[in-house]
Amino acid sequence: MTSLYEEIPQAAAEDVPVRRITVSVNGQRRTADVEPRLLLAHLLRQGFKLTGTHTGCDTTNCGACTVLVDGLPAKSCTMLAVQADGHEVTTVEGLAGPSELHPLQEGFKDEHGLQCGFCTPGMMLAAKALLEENPDPTEDEVRFALSGNLCRCTGYQNIVKSVLWAAQKMNTAKTQGGESE
Amino acid sequence: MYPSRFRYEAPRTIDEAIQLLHEGGAEAKVLAGGQSLVPLMKLRFAAPELLVDINNLPGLDHLDVAADGGIRVGALCRHRDLERSLDVAQAQPVMAAAAPLIADPVVRTRGTLVGSLCHADPQGDWAAVVTALGGHVVAQGPGGRRDIAITDFVTGPFQNVLAYDEVAVEAVLPPPRARVAGGFLKLERRVGDFATAGTAVALEIDGDRVVRAGIALTGVGSRTVDARAAADSLVGQGLTGEAIMRAADLAAEAAQPTSDHRGSAAYKRHVIHTFVTRILTRVSQTSEAAA
Repeated sequence: MTSLYEEIPQAAAEDVPVRRITVSVNGQRRTADVEPRLLLAHLLRQGFKLTGTHTGCDTTNCGACTVLVDGLPAKSCTMLAVQADGHEVTTVEGLAGPSELHPLQEGFKDEHGLQCGFCTPGMMLAAKALLEENPDPTEDEVRFALSGNLCRCTGYQNIVKSVLWAAQKMNTAKTQGGESE
Repeated sequence: MYPSRFRYEAPRTIDEAIQLLHEGGAEAKVLAGGQSLVPLMKLRFAAPELLVDINNLPGLDHLDVAADGGIRVGALCRHRDLERSLDVAQAQPVMAAAAPLIADPVVRTRGTLVGSLCHADPQGDWAAVVTALGGHVVAQGPGGRRDIAITDFVTGPFQNVLAYDEVAVEAVLPPPRARVAGGFLKLERRVGDFATAGTAVALEIDGDRVVRAGIALTGVGSRTVDARAAADSLVGQGLTGEAIMRAADLAAEAAQPTSDHRGSAAYKRHVIHTFVTRILTRVSQTSEAAA
């Protein structure tokens, strides 16, 4: 149960209303009792202990908290947890199984797409949504799709390369898969 | 950061939503895309006691482009839907130009055009586009529906004329009577920042004459600026260099910018002048090429 921000002492006489929500997180059905003001980012991090979703600016600018809601990128610091009721959420933990890497994760590793790594989960999820809509993007299209995600280390060059790397890998896998069928 | 406590309701019908707003009085607020409201609540600039989430209401996510070119945008139509609509791209170049410039791609998956109008940020983009197009907002309250012209809808910074128990259910852009042209340009320090200055120009052109014009400015006043005199100066004219310069002068005159960290008042006025010139020049060149 994630009823409340842990650090807020509950006013003794106050009856804090909670709402039961059911969210699919990385394909797993999760139920939580949440106070309406709980943000989705905090439900994921504190409630479900999925700390791969980072909160950066906390003001809807940086995109570090980007997750997919029903397949589309959303800033989880700017969405109430109650709004995710009945929806599907994908976090960076859901990109691949525990012993494997998603092509995007491989790409970020291979092309040195991160330095401090803080923006990386949000970058990868925004990129995942892009590649699902447009499997073979140009460099400009990658830059445009990631323009809501800020990175303070890399200057973006290697992030863009990483996404293009992943696109190529995924497309090659698809072609090879097609030939073997 | 988290908002102060509020009661949350997610009604399933519009009547239920209106009833909740009626009971909540001035302390109730509608939640649609939430991309402006939630940050304001986290910063405690807004602290509604009741939040009425309209995301579960049926029949509000439409984006209808009629055969006559009129457009209806439902309260749950996201910026992203407008950005990707081929019908919008064909029917209204000014909307198509603005959609990819709203906030950033992640915000655009949730934020809504109607919500942006209601939020009435003086630096918002859609209010300028809808003003240039002469559109209106449809509000639904306990007494039924009413149409509110966008120029009457926004009354000041972050203020609109909706009664506390009314929901803005859609925005309507009227059908054009002639060939449409126009554009939207915005200067921002980085993607997703508030506009330093922005300009929406919507034209209807018959032959080589402008028969209707709308020019609206964002970021250069305490509310969206309707540059009426600038737009009127174009009506009945061809887009000559002289006509373009006069419209740009009048638009820059209509701007009421203030100096701040995004630039001096004189600079912002200059940007408006440049944007009007640029959009009109591009339209005149495209028209010539088509002729």
